[in-house]
Formats: sequence, structure tokens, C-alpha cells
Amino acid sequence: MNGVHDLGGMDGFGAIDAPPFEPPFEAEWQRTMAAMQLACFRGGWFVIDSFRHGIELMDPATYLTTSYYEHWLHSIEHHGVSKGHIDPDELDRRTQYYLENPEEPLPEHQASPELVAFVDAVVTHGASAQRPTDTPQRFVVGDLVRVRDESPAGHTRLARYVRGKVGTVIAYRGSFVFPDSAGNDGEEDPQHLYTIQIDGAALWGPKNAELRTSSTFDAWDPYLEVVNHQEGARS
Amino acid sequence: MSNVDRTQEEVAARVKALESLMIEKGLLTTEMVDRFVEIYENEVGPQLGAKVVARAWTDPDFKARLLEDATAACRELEIGGMQGEDMVVLEVTDEVHHAVVCTLCSCYPWPVLGTPPNWYKEPQYRSRMVREPRKVLAEEFSFPIPDETEIRVWDSSSEIRYWVLPQRPRGTEDWTEEQLTELVTRDSMIGVGPTKAAS
Repeated sequence: MNGVHDLGGMDGFGAIDAPPFEPPFEAEWQRTMAAMQLACFRGGWFVIDSFRHGIELMDPATYLTTSYYEHWLHSIEHHGVSKGHIDPDELDRRTQYYLENPEEPLPEHQASPELVAFVDAVVTHGASAQRPTDTPQRFVVGDLVRVRDESPAGHTRLARYVRGKVGTVIAYRGSFVFPDSAGNDGEEDPQHLYTIQIDGAALWGPKNAELRTSSTFDAWDPYLEVVNHQEGARS
Repeated sequence: MSNVDRTQEEVAARVKALESLMIEKGLLTTEMVDRFVEIYENEVGPQLGAKVVARAWTDPDFKARLLEDATAACRELEIGGMQGEDMVVLEVTDEVHHAVVCTLCSCYPWPVLGTPPNWYKEPQYRSRMVREPRKVLAEEFSFPIPDETEIRVWDSSSEIRYWVLPQRPRGTEDWTEEQLTELVTRDSMIGVGPTKAAS
């Protein structure tokens, strides 16, 4: 989708506020949010790609004025409600209750060593998105490629600022879960992944680009079309 | 799904309401939250990336392995995991400077740098870094890159997690790996700031 989250190359946002020190979590609710995401992964509410899409579906004005962990809240609510894990009326009712009674405790519950072990296991090992595929690899390092100029309606990583641009394949990364499928609650549909390098002048025009700058972009195979295969690379 | 701006009190109440529902479903416990927070407040942060960098500065074979397969090399130091399952390290040279951004969300190499700082997640950095990296580095981070040095900005659009191997500071030839660790800054591993100088 052509969403507000797709920020590369937009103008007008102004100065960057980068204080020297910031705590990882700035409020108690942010602490909860971070762990809640893992609980939802475990509960099958979403995968990483559909989680991102839940954020992209936020109202654009709200997206720009709310914090990272508030984005997470929106996505968890979106998936929780739309997939029937959460009753929205019950959520509203409890929200009102805690708003009026912020000191009221959470429901009593038993410790679960299994859930704590799950946190440690995920943090330590993660979950790679690499998946095998039988599809032949279409490109090799050195190939000149054009990024498809398309506007898919749902989740995609095909950022607007690279669409239609020509770049060079500088790395092949293996085959990975395809966000355009998994992010829209589809299959993993693994696709080959390449890193392409696009010159600043190609991205922004020679008059606008800074000298000797380029951007790299990771592109799944379906995002790319061939311009020119590297000489001899196929033999 | 919602265009209603919420106050921080409303957000906190909503999160607590959601938490209470998830607790009742057996999906979440407060200990789970505590453990997660403990990890990213005290265990995983840029000090881990700094260890890797200092090792690469002092051990050429390790550096070669790091640039070949960062995930495997970090695993040698028992560093890795969530949001760094497939890492790639970019070596800064006199000819090329590297910096990392995620224009579409906030992808960041958590196992070596911890949770991302706010500015990395906010629209200003994400929009501008690909379009005007020289200006952003010079004016916003007081970290000018010489005009003759190429700047390559890595947009983390996939699950590959990029981070930067800065150059070893001058005058540290006789420093130990442990001493060198102290010179590695988080920002130097994102590519938006220098390492500390040897003094």
C-alpha cells in the first residue's frame, strides 16, 4: 500500500532529535507492549510481516504523531480484534475501568516457566525468515535491474522511492519469506532476495542528489526486472 | 483502524486492558514482561556490538569471518538472536562510509545494538537519510564525511540486519581488545557517529 509509513525521500519533517542517552523503555506500558508482541507471535495472531502491516493500516496522521510502541499497540489491536482473539467491547470496557482505576491490579495469575523460557529462547535464537525454494535464481551479482514500478494494495516492502529505478545487484542473500504474501496473511511463498545498489543521481536526479552517494535496497525477486545481465555471468 | 488521538493515560489503560485479557487467555504473564525488559535493559545492548568490533580490530581472521558471515562470527562470541538472525557487517574504509536506515519501519540489529533509539524510528531520520545523507550526518549528527568519500546508505528493507564496522581509531596500536571496546559507540555502528578518540 502507498502508506505514510513509506517515508524514504519525503521532505518537510525537519530536524532530527537525537539526545545522547535514552532508556530502552520510557513508560511502564511500553515494557508491556514489547513482551506482548512476542506473546502474540506465539499465539499465532500474526507473523512479523503482517504485524508490520497492522501498523501501516493506522490512520496516517496518527501514525506520524505517535510513538513506536503505540504503533505496536495499534497492530496488536488490529489483529486481535479482526481475527477474533479480542472482543472489542470487552477491551473498551476494561480500558475505561483501568483509566478510572489506574492502580487496580492485573488479574491474579500463576507463574509460567514455559513462557519465560519462550522469551529467552526467542531472544537468543530468533527466527530466521530464510526458507528454501526450488524457483531458479534470476539474477546474479553484477546484473543491472529495474525495480518494478507498481503500487500493490496490501503489505509490500516495495518502497516508493525505488520504484522504476535502475540499480546493480551487489549481493545475493538467499531465499526468504515473501512479505507481499505473508504480510497479507498469505503463505510464506519464499523468494530469492538480492541487495541492489542505486546511485543517488538515479534516485533523486543529478541536480538534487548529493555527490558520491548511493542507497542499497533489499529486493525480493518479483520486485525486479532485468535490464542487462552481466556479461558471461550466465555461462 | 483508529484516528482518535489517545492521551498517554488512555494508552496505558488500553495496554493494561489488553494485558489483562491476554493474561486470562494464558498467553502472557507479568514475569514474561519482566524477563523481556530485563534482557533489553541490562543484557543486550551496544556493548555487545562493541565487543565484536574490538575483536575484529585485533584479530584479522575474525574480521574476515565477520565480513563473510556476520551471524556466524557473532555466534562465536555467543551474540545473536532476535532481529539479527541474518546479519551483514559493512566495513568503513577511507574510500567508503556506510550508514544504516529503515525507511519503511525501524529494522535494527537488536542482538548487537539493543533496542533502537527514538530518532532511528522517527520520520525525520527515516525520510531524510536516503535523500541527503551528507547533510544529515554533518548537520544533525555533527559527523561530516569528507566530500571525496563515498557514502552508501543501507535501507533495511528485508530481514537482513546491517550494521557498521567503523575504522580503528588512530593511536591505538598497543591497546588491548578490552580497552578498544570502550571506544566503540552505538552511533559508530549505525554509521551516524564517530568512535571515541584514543586520548
